Amino acid sequence: MAERSIVEAINDAFHVELARDESVMVMGEDVGRAGGVFRATAGLRDRFGPDRCFDTPLAEAGILGTAVGLCMAGWRPVCEMQYDAFSYPCLDQLITHVGRYRWRTGGTMEFPLVVRMPYGGGVRAPELHDDSPETYYVHTPGVKVAIPSTPADAKGILAAAIRDPDPVVVFEPKLHYRTLKGEVPEGEHVVPLGKARLAREGNDVSLVAYGSMVPVCEAAADELDASVEVLDIRTLKPLDEEALLASAAKTGRVILVQEAPRVCGFAAELAAILAEKAILDLQAPVVRVTGYDVPYPYWQIEDAYMPSVARVVAAAKRVLEF
Amino acid sequence: MAHVLPAERDLRRVIGDADGAGDREVDGLGEQELLDLFRSMVLLRTYDERSVVYHRQGRIGTYAIFWNHEAMQAGAVHALDDEDWIFPSYRESAIGLLRGMPPATVLSWWRGHPAGWWNPADYNVASICVPIATHVPHAAGLAWGKKLKGERGCAIVFFGDGATSEGSFHEGANFAGVTRAPLILFCNNNHWAISTPLEAQTRAETLADKAVGYGMPGVRVDGTDVLAVYEATQEAVERARRGEGPTLIEAVSYRTAPHATADDPRAYIDLERVEEEKRRECLLRYDGYLRRAGILHDELAESVRSEALDAMRTGIAAAEAEPPAGPELVFAHAYVDPPASFGSDLEELRGTLGG
Repeated sequence: MAERSIVEAINDAFHVELARDESVMVMGEDVGRAGGVFRATAGLRDRFGPDRCFDTPLAEAGILGTAVGLCMAGWRPVCEMQYDAFSYPCLDQLITHVGRYRWRTGGTMEFPLVVRMPYGGGVRAPELHDDSPETYYVHTPGVKVAIPSTPADAKGILAAAIRDPDPVVVFEPKLHYRTLKGEVPEGEHVVPLGKARLAREGNDVSLVAYGSMVPVCEAAADELDASVEVLDIRTLKPLDEEALLASAAKTGRVILVQEAPRVCGFAAELAAILAEKAILDLQAPVVRVTGYDVPYPYWQIEDAYMPSVARVVAAAKRVLEF
Repeated sequence: MAHVLPAERDLRRVIGDADGAGDREVDGLGEQELLDLFRSMVLLRTYDERSVVYHRQGRIGTYAIFWNHEAMQAGAVHALDDEDWIFPSYRESAIGLLRGMPPATVLSWWRGHPAGWWNPADYNVASICVPIATHVPHAAGLAWGKKLKGERGCAIVFFGDGATSEGSFHEGANFAGVTRAPLILFCNNNHWAISTPLEAQTRAETLADKAVGYGMPGVRVDGTDVLAVYEATQEAVERARRGEGPTLIEAVSYRTAPHATADDPRAYIDLERVEEEKRRECLLRYDGYLRRAGILHDELAESVRSEALDAMRTGIAAAEAEPPAGPELVFAHAYVDPPASFGSDLEELRGTLGG
């Protein structure tokens, strides 16, 4: 196994999957000649040609809409949205067609496309380069959503998404694209969608998160004087409900951490599941640590927005003392 | 005072006036092909007229009327081969009939019954697009995808004049232009987007002019002249097959029926113009052309019409004979691999339904 960063692991997944299946193609803004603004698609155009790593016009709805037609022609397109907040125009296609088309054909036609994008803040970037839009996507019927937090999962989840017969949206934690390194299996590596990862086992309190908030939870666990479990959700839809409920049953105390604004965020969905199915296991209120319901701030004050280790630790202490 | 078209320039016509002045022939269309075209128009006309009746009888739901659009639909489809793909909007809901789709399927769609689902690959007809213009990029993607695979097929996408204001039209047209996709963008310009007239939709002199911005030719035809539509589409298809990329066709007509069964256009439309257009409606014009050419006579016309009526009678009977759709269909087909929660949701639903 080689040590790789998250963005290197994604690039590795692309090289493996494009070589494995000739119907896989990559499309997006600057993915070809530049190899992506984060270099996630570097080397693909040279190796597989400009048709299979295609520099599109600057049009997010057009990219995803065209991908729908490419699926009908037998392709498996992987669409890059250059940044989280630039993806909003593509929601039109996602909601009106991508999540519905298979259903509309009575299950006779498949749309095995992938939408992937860097997401999240903390990178000192201009406005609208920092959003956590996962809820908009998870709320859309007919699409699956995954968010890896480690290099190995970034590779394996992208491979699973590419091979999946349903549309899958993958968010990649851009804050950790290069800063987080880890062992990544060589060659074909698939992490099945719908399975959470127990990042750390513990008995007193469960910190539940995904993507960029998993390292925050791990750092909080280090600081807490308790036996802390960290559950990495990995796939938001389909959700590994069993793993969530098992952790709640074990510790009886659950903190849900998300970078996105609080109202109707994914943590609210997890809290509702715990309220419906784990009420007798809980020893304390379920607490959310989230971003605030504000536009993501300019970067000089962005650290005040981001759920911090200190906020997670404080929430965990409250819950442990309840 | 009748409403004046913003621009009549370069409108291609094949069918002349009622006296036959200006009638000409079209290459590749012999007597058989001309009559096939007539059959298709009559089938569509019959489908449309019966559907309005079925709606009034409560047998189908809200229905988007396409009366006087038959020339555009039949003329364009007859210029294609079966391997070519059609992307309809709701205005072309019954266009699959021209590819052998049973009327019962389309009637079921308008009845809101899952029997209205079809596999697009069975007919090379995509699902009916209900939102405006969002299927234009689909058609561009399919056409480009076929080209990338070295296949011969092309695609046609139908949309209205209002759709040209949508971002999706622009993005789809631009993608097709950039990729030189074998695509025909077919704009049915009937001058009305529900109650919004064309002049409130655009200040462009013609919709065909928009093609310039995408680096493709834009051509204008009389949308009530089925042979002009056929000829223009045929040329666009040949261009696509030669690898020269997409074409925008603006077929000009005038909406003589309500937008849909739920619409009352008397509040906004020019009724005098409607009556004028009804007198030169597309099926009547083609009927006249065929009779002047000695190809059509009363007996044949009657038999074509009665054949179409039979197809509709069989179609509505089959649609109404569909058993009620079960609640499990609520959960079917959205995913190849559905979330586990669907199982418990269905179980709970069944419990409350008492079944």
